[in-house]
Amino acid sequence: MAEVLSLHDAVARYVDDGATVAMEGFTHLIPFAAGHEIIRQGKRDLTLVRMTPDLIYDQLIGAGCVKKLIFSWGGNPGVGSLHRLRDAVEKGWPHKVEILEHSHAAMACAYEAGAAGLPLAVLRGYIGSDLPKVNDQIKFIECPFTGERLAAVPSIRPDVSVVHAQKADRKGNVLVEGIVGVQKEAVLAARRSIVTVEEIVDDLEATPNACVIPGWAIDAIAVAEKGAYPSYAHGYYPRHNRFYKEWDTIARDRDSFNAWLEENVYNAGGAS
Amino acid sequence: MSLEYTSAEMMTVTAARALENGTTCFVGIGLPSEAANLARLTHAPDVVLIYESGTLQTKPDVLPLSIGDGELCETALTTVSVPEMFRYWLQGGKIDVGFLGTAQIDRYCNLNTTLIGDYTAPKVRLPGGGGAPEIATNAGEVFITLKHSRRTFVDGVDFVTTLGFGRDGKGRDGVPNIGKGPTRVITDLCVMKPDPETKELVVVSLHPGVTAEQVQEATGWEIRFAEQLETTAEPSEKELEVLRELKARTERHHSGE
Repeated sequence: MAEVLSLHDAVARYVDDGATVAMEGFTHLIPFAAGHEIIRQGKRDLTLVRMTPDLIYDQLIGAGCVKKLIFSWGGNPGVGSLHRLRDAVEKGWPHKVEILEHSHAAMACAYEAGAAGLPLAVLRGYIGSDLPKVNDQIKFIECPFTGERLAAVPSIRPDVSVVHAQKADRKGNVLVEGIVGVQKEAVLAARRSIVTVEEIVDDLEATPNACVIPGWAIDAIAVAEKGAYPSYAHGYYPRHNRFYKEWDTIARDRDSFNAWLEENVYNAGGAS
Repeated sequence: MSLEYTSAEMMTVTAARALENGTTCFVGIGLPSEAANLARLTHAPDVVLIYESGTLQTKPDVLPLSIGDGELCETALTTVSVPEMFRYWLQGGKIDVGFLGTAQIDRYCNLNTTLIGDYTAPKVRLPGGGGAPEIATNAGEVFITLKHSRRTFVDGVDFVTTLGFGRDGKGRDGVPNIGKGPTRVITDLCVMKPDPETKELVVVSLHPGVTAEQVQEATGWEIRFAEQLETTAEPSEKELEVLRELKARTERHHSGE
């Protein structure tokens, strides 16, 4: 049953050093507030899983929280590189980050398989790609019925998944609207889950087929207003595209990144 | 009468014309998205645009900066989860055309968006595969658009992120349930198509004012030219007007909050 905690307490209780953490949200509803809380609490040696690392993992990597990254597209969408990710991979700053890369299709299937309690996902993928040569977690199997060669990847089973959503009701049931990405799959695939929300309401007013995650399938709910900023929360605030462009300059340089982190994360307090 | 236009506009208009009305197109971000939306706003009002964020049959008023901008969801017929997008819609065979960009391409249309240099010690780390590896094999066919230069058109990509026709042109031979692969490549200089037999890229059309020498100069291998080399039709006044309005709207939108 979901317990309503402060963001500080939810992260302190469920995100351990060395854990495998998935913070999802496909461009939309990226849990930035939770990411910043992880940075503030100085978590270390995390294995981070996310289809699109985006600015949130660029920040966690630059802040030194990350040992390994599992991803499928590591750019600043529509802008260019994630400079902190590149600096870690190319030059080992602030330390070397091990990477394991997939395609989107494989990661989406792997989350789904995790939610379904299966050990692997099967897809018609990676044909002719060099990715299987550099990622030993990509294998090929033969379909027992047709003989077709298909790709197989292990399912994603994070220690903890963190997602952001529009709202929860007082029992901790969560409504996700708009681009739902792999939010539900990430929560159901994980051993523990934290959902940050814009607000807690009396009634979700969900339509019958809405994407609702029941409170009893979630461990912690934490209110984080504007918790997805500078990404967006459909119906609440738009994506701050200008900030995504500005990030290119901020993150390109180690000193300007550190200054940004100091001002906007370490000294920003966060909800205690 | 000749209109004033840039080589970038020529590329976008030519790429847009490649999309027929009614086509179901899985759209990559950037140049493909610009071309696909220009097509929708001109000759192909019923083209079905699908983005990997799960937005199905979307009609954005401004070009999205990211693959998952709110604009895409608000103007879509419906929005599905990302696993559903890749499994049912793409892998399920519902996509006619995958429209991709790339950082590097070789003579057999293999695409590299992973890195420059060696995998374990990359000179330049690029974003990676994203949706492209499966778009390129599960879509009925693939259009590719990118700027033409020796940096992008290389003699052997550093890494095959996404299959064109393999290092030897035979990468799709005998593979069941695979799309036709790349059928045209549109740049700011010309249009290329794979040779039907060898799958090696052949220049079939030069944009107005562009010479074969210019294309060769911007290509990292000795590129072939079709015997019947055509000249690409110039952009129309309408196409340029719609494209410029779209880009101006987009610029205003993304420079705000």
